[in-house]
Amino acid sequence: MTAEHIFFFIFGGVSLIGAISVISFRHPIYSALALIVTFFAQAGLFVLLGAHFVAAVQVIVYAGAIMVLFLFVIMLLNLGTLSLKGALSGKLKGVAILLGILLAIEGIYIAVTTLNNPNTAVASSEVAADTSYSIEEIGELLFKDYLLPFEVTSLILLAALIGVIVLVKRGNQQEN
Amino acid sequence: MLSIEYYLILSALLFTIGVIGVLIRRNAIIIFMCIELMLNAANLAFVAISRSLGQVEGQLFVFFVMAVAAAEVAIGLAIIVSVFKHRETINVDEINSLKG
Repeated sequence: MTAEHIFFFIFGGVSLIGAISVISFRHPIYSALALIVTFFAQAGLFVLLGAHFVAAVQVIVYAGAIMVLFLFVIMLLNLGTLSLKGALSGKLKGVAILLGILLAIEGIYIAVTTLNNPNTAVASSEVAADTSYSIEEIGELLFKDYLLPFEVTSLILLAALIGVIVLVKRGNQQEN
Repeated sequence: MLSIEYYLILSALLFTIGVIGVLIRRNAIIIFMCIELMLNAANLAFVAISRSLGQVEGQLFVFFVMAVAAAEVAIGLAIIVSVFKHRETINVDEINSLKG
């Protein structure tokens, strides 16, 4: 049991517990806070995998920007009592959880068998080298080989920006 | 070094929890959070495979996924806000005017 095992089980356990909390808390605010815990635990897993920059971006973009947006909307709409109504009936919930467990078994089976089968293995189960990538390497690849996808990303963000403004503005006009 | 299978299994479990959340919750905001959970599970698999192959590309795709997730959340929450202004509810069972 190395230190890496211990940290993996700590972060993995925290992220699983956080994820289960997200779907089981009644109030959306608690779900959002549990989701932030999950994102931090996943940032820890990224550090374990040697992806330090991804971990930093995870904390800044996900736990920072996206979750603030979520909390902002939850508080803006003030959904405290509304969210308690209209939960799924017990029978349907059981079916959904059963299907989810089947999906989990399927996913784990695929992950384990494709890695161990030499014909289909895209990646070896053993890790190539104990490497971690610096921001320099990532930036070089991003701005050389992946420049076009990077620029297209800015287009997506622009489209989202315009879309949000149009959506919210139209809602206001209908109200007036 | 920990085997990459552990990370992939964890990723599969997190993805499944996200799917179950989308199926059992009726609150549109929590459904969005579960979609974020699924995207994050995919990110974890990307980084794990990237580590296993010794290539940095996997980490780049995580950034693209994050950009798409940010755009999706902004649009989705704007839709939720304008639906709420209109219908006074965000229960996805009650928002059914597009039902065929």
